[in-house]
Amino acid sequence: MTEVPLLKVSKLVKAFPLGGGVFSKSRARVRAVDDVSFAISRGETFGLVGESGCGKSTLGRLILRLIEPTGGKVEFNGQNIQSLGSKEMRLLRRRMQIIFQDPYSSLDPRMKVDAIVSEPLCALQNLSKSDRRRIAGQLVEKVGLRAADLNKYPHEFSGGQRQRIGIARALCVGPELLVADEPVSALDVSIQAQVINLMEDLKKEYNLSYIFISHDLNVVEHVSDRIAVMYFGTIVELAPAGQFSTSPRHPYTEALLKAVPIPDPHRRTEPFPMQGDVPSPVNPPPGCAFNPRCSYAFDRCHVERPRMAAASPQHLVACWLNDGRGLWID
Amino acid sequence: MQQNILKIEDLSVRFHLPEGVVRAVDSVSFDLARGETLGLVGESGCGKSVTSLSILGLIPSPPGRIKAGCVRFEDQNLLDMNTERLRQIRGRDISMIFQEPMTSLNPVLSIGRQVAEPLMTHKGLSRSEALAEAAEWLDQVKIPAARQRLGDYPHQLSGGMRQRVMIAMAMVCRPKLLIADEPTTALDVTIQAQILSLMRELKEKLNMSLLLITHNLGVVAQTASRVMVMYAGQIVEEASIIDIFDQPFHPYSQGLLKSIPRFGDRRHGRVRRLNEIPGAVPSLIEAVGGCRFADRCPYAFDICKEQLPELFQIRDGQRARCWLKYHPARRRQSD
Repeated sequence: MTEVPLLKVSKLVKAFPLGGGVFSKSRARVRAVDDVSFAISRGETFGLVGESGCGKSTLGRLILRLIEPTGGKVEFNGQNIQSLGSKEMRLLRRRMQIIFQDPYSSLDPRMKVDAIVSEPLCALQNLSKSDRRRIAGQLVEKVGLRAADLNKYPHEFSGGQRQRIGIARALCVGPELLVADEPVSALDVSIQAQVINLMEDLKKEYNLSYIFISHDLNVVEHVSDRIAVMYFGTIVELAPAGQFSTSPRHPYTEALLKAVPIPDPHRRTEPFPMQGDVPSPVNPPPGCAFNPRCSYAFDRCHVERPRMAAASPQHLVACWLNDGRGLWID
Repeated sequence: MQQNILKIEDLSVRFHLPEGVVRAVDSVSFDLARGETLGLVGESGCGKSVTSLSILGLIPSPPGRIKAGCVRFEDQNLLDMNTERLRQIRGRDISMIFQEPMTSLNPVLSIGRQVAEPLMTHKGLSRSEALAEAAEWLDQVKIPAARQRLGDYPHQLSGGMRQRVMIAMAMVCRPKLLIADEPTTALDVTIQAQILSLMRELKEKLNMSLLLITHNLGVVAQTASRVMVMYAGQIVEEASIIDIFDQPFHPYSQGLLKSIPRFGDRRHGRVRRLNEIPGAVPSLIEAVGGCRFADRCPYAFDICKEQLPELFQIRDGQRARCWLKYHPARRRQSD
């Protein structure tokens, strides 16, 4: 594969200062995203799962450069996005867009659908008002609403319909990459299915790539080609989606899979083995961040942090249990 | 053989809003046996929470009003009771756990005080006795170093820990019935698994009945022995946990079960397209003549739009509110 990946993230770090005001001398920092690397090819859906606070949303925002990283780089189509000036960045924003979780708070209640959907066109492209309206009309129909809905306000729609509006807004500038941050988590199950199917249809039609961020493993497995599991700011396992149910390699992934309640009363699972909470980010444990909750942890896990290694060609794991079997990669 | 601890008959709850009268719960009837776990599932706005709040007289009124019905708890009708007597039952015989542990705990009281409160109110324990027992319960719900944490405030705890405190509060008086309204929805999966297994364990220990309200079909499958599916304020299907998953009858139950992505689908190579239930839940303000699901139902025919079906017996222990019971050929034709 010599082709330039659509997105390449290398050694990305984001540290947030902790507590205190502007004048506080406290230098404590939390590494919300800690040394994350991966690449996404065109047309791929890349799933990002993890529990709250694991850094998955921060990672999504770094990729779109909504926040600046502390270290590392993000390359879109071979171009380092940190090096871009504001004008060039605006051009790039046409090519990467975001869909938010909460369809209630992510739409301005005082704007009509027409204005919401075509706002990115105003900001990023020079088009006449009638052109913008035409494009908005086509898009709302594409996402399963009616052109007449352009004159309505967000409160007139249900949660699922609002999420459709959010998707139309993201699509209107013709992006190649969509970061979807928990796009269906706030929706009811039957509506969730509608939105997931819509996203899959649009992906095919426009050859989109998705970064699909979610805490719901069932949903992520369903939509993704590859999945990265995040814990405490780092990716602990990255593999093709089909491999997760059969051969998870990281003890955290394994625990996560066991914790998902199976919608099948014939398969009642054993009481859950993993105890405890995610460690405090202020005082991370030495070595592997998962060691306090890991039932396989041995001496090395308490002193040295494992790095991503290939357990098999497509399957990367950051765990000392896999050491010796794979190759180190940078 | 089994004795019913709770019997709800023909419960109807209305909300009187400026826009009109919302028929939030419409003629809901069900029984709950001693020691049983009954799941109440449905999507938002289907009336499952309103049903559970009505049991303890917690419907805000106005705008809410219980229009008709009867909630029998051990042969007393809770709806006829005055507030004073209801208060003696709340927290002692019937407890409730809510979805949001942050908003349902009092932020200015220590957790020890909050867990001890029901013991002082209902059992007449002194403050120090109650605190000692509270510490035991916090230990039971697996809060590490419980004794030292009695003085902690809710904001010092994580979401999972707060939900444990809520459970301890609900359990201290050893209730006969626990109503859990989306107890794990706000929690991460690993924490959810811990809380569910804790609830199961305590339920066994106290031989308590559990009314579990959730939208998560996985949680129901893992926890409940019987399920009721609600749609637009009505029960549309009632069945054992096995029957509802293996042979759901109502088109809504069927659609719901087919619309969830299941982990492990990828292993079989081909990923099936999720089933969609077209459309959205109807407004509960307008009076609907026929079946409330008719507009979204793939099998609907003339009678469905005209006349509301009753809960017909499908097989032993399974009932469904659907005319297909008498017109089975309709289903085959459409498939």
